[in-house]
Amino acid sequence: MTTLSEPAVLRPGANDAGELREQTRLEKALGPEWARIVKGIVTNPLSVLGIFIVLGFVLVALFAPVLAPPPRENWSRMQIPRDGFKAEPQPPMSEWKKNAPMTIPWWYENIWPRQESWVHIMGTTSGQYDIWYGVIWGARTAFFASFVVTFATAIMGGLIGTFAGFYGGWVDEGLMRVVEIVSAFPFITGALILASLLTPLFGRSVWPATIALIIFGWTGYARQLRGDILATKERDYVLAARASGAKDSHLMLKHVIPNAMFPTMVRISLNLGAVVLSFAALSFLGIGLPEGYADWGQVVSFARAWILTLDQHWYIIVFPGIALLLYGLGWNLIGDAVRDIMDPKLRGKTS
Amino acid sequence: MTAYIIRRLLILPIILLGVTLLIFAMLQVLGPVERSALYVRDVPKNERQVEAIIKRYGLDQPVHIQYWNWLVGITDGATGERVGGVLRGDLGYSRTGREDVIDVLIRRLPATLELALWSMVPVIGFGIWLGVKSALNHNKPFDQVARIFAIIGWSFPTFVFALLMLLVFYAKLDWFQPGRLSTAFSQEVIKPGFTQYTHLMTIDSLLNLRPDIFIDALRHLIMPVTTLMVIEVALLLKITRSSMLEEMRQDYVTTARAKGLPEKMVTNRHIRRNALIPVITVAGLTLAGLMGGVVITETVFDYPGIGSWAAAAAVSLDVLSMLGYALFTAVLLVIANLIVDVMYAVLDPRVRLS
Repeated sequence: MTTLSEPAVLRPGANDAGELREQTRLEKALGPEWARIVKGIVTNPLSVLGIFIVLGFVLVALFAPVLAPPPRENWSRMQIPRDGFKAEPQPPMSEWKKNAPMTIPWWYENIWPRQESWVHIMGTTSGQYDIWYGVIWGARTAFFASFVVTFATAIMGGLIGTFAGFYGGWVDEGLMRVVEIVSAFPFITGALILASLLTPLFGRSVWPATIALIIFGWTGYARQLRGDILATKERDYVLAARASGAKDSHLMLKHVIPNAMFPTMVRISLNLGAVVLSFAALSFLGIGLPEGYADWGQVVSFARAWILTLDQHWYIIVFPGIALLLYGLGWNLIGDAVRDIMDPKLRGKTS
Repeated sequence: MTAYIIRRLLILPIILLGVTLLIFAMLQVLGPVERSALYVRDVPKNERQVEAIIKRYGLDQPVHIQYWNWLVGITDGATGERVGGVLRGDLGYSRTGREDVIDVLIRRLPATLELALWSMVPVIGFGIWLGVKSALNHNKPFDQVARIFAIIGWSFPTFVFALLMLLVFYAKLDWFQPGRLSTAFSQEVIKPGFTQYTHLMTIDSLLNLRPDIFIDALRHLIMPVTTLMVIEVALLLKITRSSMLEEMRQDYVTTARAKGLPEKMVTNRHIRRNALIPVITVAGLTLAGLMGGVVITETVFDYPGIGSWAAAAAVSLDVLSMLGYALFTAVLLVIANLIVDVMYAVLDPRVRLS
């Protein structure tokens, strides 16, 4: 069927009102669905804001060694340097005595011209962990957690949902029961318990929480893709392809999956922001990560010992809290825009 | 519809069986020595005694036999008593709670239930109201503001929000305190003069004609309830809004308008009624969200419910407490889902006919 393709240049695209018109350059390059998404994202001020926020975090994560240089050459970088062991946190801009970064980068000199030594820009937590270092390097932990968990859950749930939706019958029944069993546990509860159980096996690292979030996080993708594939399978063009003798694998890869995938893309973009909150919540509770690991949830958790005097020690929660909120907000703004663009119920209503 | 409900009821045991299998699988992370805490309180240090316990309770037997024993209990060879058995409610001994897991659950559940109930009402009320209103004002200022509120609420980390509340209303202003009751009152409620009918402080205090305790309990609830609300309202708002928008585009709405019904009637009688059907599912899920949300909220506000206990158990690797909590919440959620599905079928004929 595909050999009888129409002339590529004049392939008509349809606008929102359903009128035929010539394809734009964007549509030729990306295909009509993708073109609509890209166009929608860059013309919506909220999603543009989201893109800028996320790009900002990409820069912070990339330039972490310049923004917060480690104290020594052979320092294990994700470990926050501590200025002694005193319990009482120090306010922002207080002097950094021990374990200060060895170099003074150009931007630091420019902002505080007279300062030749490092200060705790955002203060310290109890135990004298430097908050600035934790916030900057914590961006790397956030990207790691959100990307690994989101893509692992999307692939795992996607494969299971695809199998269930495409083969139907007993395969579908069995797989959907597994989905129901796993999602019988409230997400955070399941992840909390599994992460705690995995900690002795993996040692204190990013892995226990990451794996736990993957194991309890894939069911949403499986449900979604199964439903979308069931709906797509019944479309006329799939029937036509089947009637012309296409194999199962060809049907799946060429016709069903590409068309059923778009709602999953929305889920992925919204999930990137949500995962980081769950990950931070686990490390806030003290599960998984080693003490002093550069992670926003971990930094905030130091405030728990200072509940009575939080108004004096506000900097322990406010700086990493803002980082967490902005990171989640950035992805959610993008995801929300993508969902509006692709929601067929709203299509044609927005201009 | 009967067929649908019967089908759902037939699946229920399969799901519950799967839940127990999953929990038992997690239990296998422990060695036999640690698992003996299922039956004895203090695991002896002496190697020979430990071995005797492992033999006595069959902890060295094949996995499927152990699973069966874990499920229905095992007859103690020495005393002839029946011990253990999840189905008999014996979930083992909780190190963090210092009593049997089932007793900790029963003792701490009312506090969580009280928190969840007080949160549920404003969450559903506000969520639906905001969702309906922003759909009716689609793309107008109200809708835009509600939408931005939803995105921010959705992106706000629970524990940061909770700590900010403590910063302002406890450390700075000292209006509200963490915990469930003030120290003086928490002594008073366990005295013989105060009868705990329901173990829900806000209700018991009224039944005992103690408005001062009622107000104290409310003051302790305000911060955790607000925290739980912000996130859950955002979710409910989003779903109500898109459900409303979908119904507003249906043909029957046009018909209703065409036959000259006043707009208010169209909205209240036609659109809203149908739009709220999927919201039931979400209200059910809100319960799940609250059960998950309480772990963090209760921990931050030092609220003595099952969530803060579960968090404490997870931190100190008290496996039996954690798994007991997991089993309890999972069973609760499965039953809640069943009720939601049945209600859905009753209200929406399309579900039971397809």
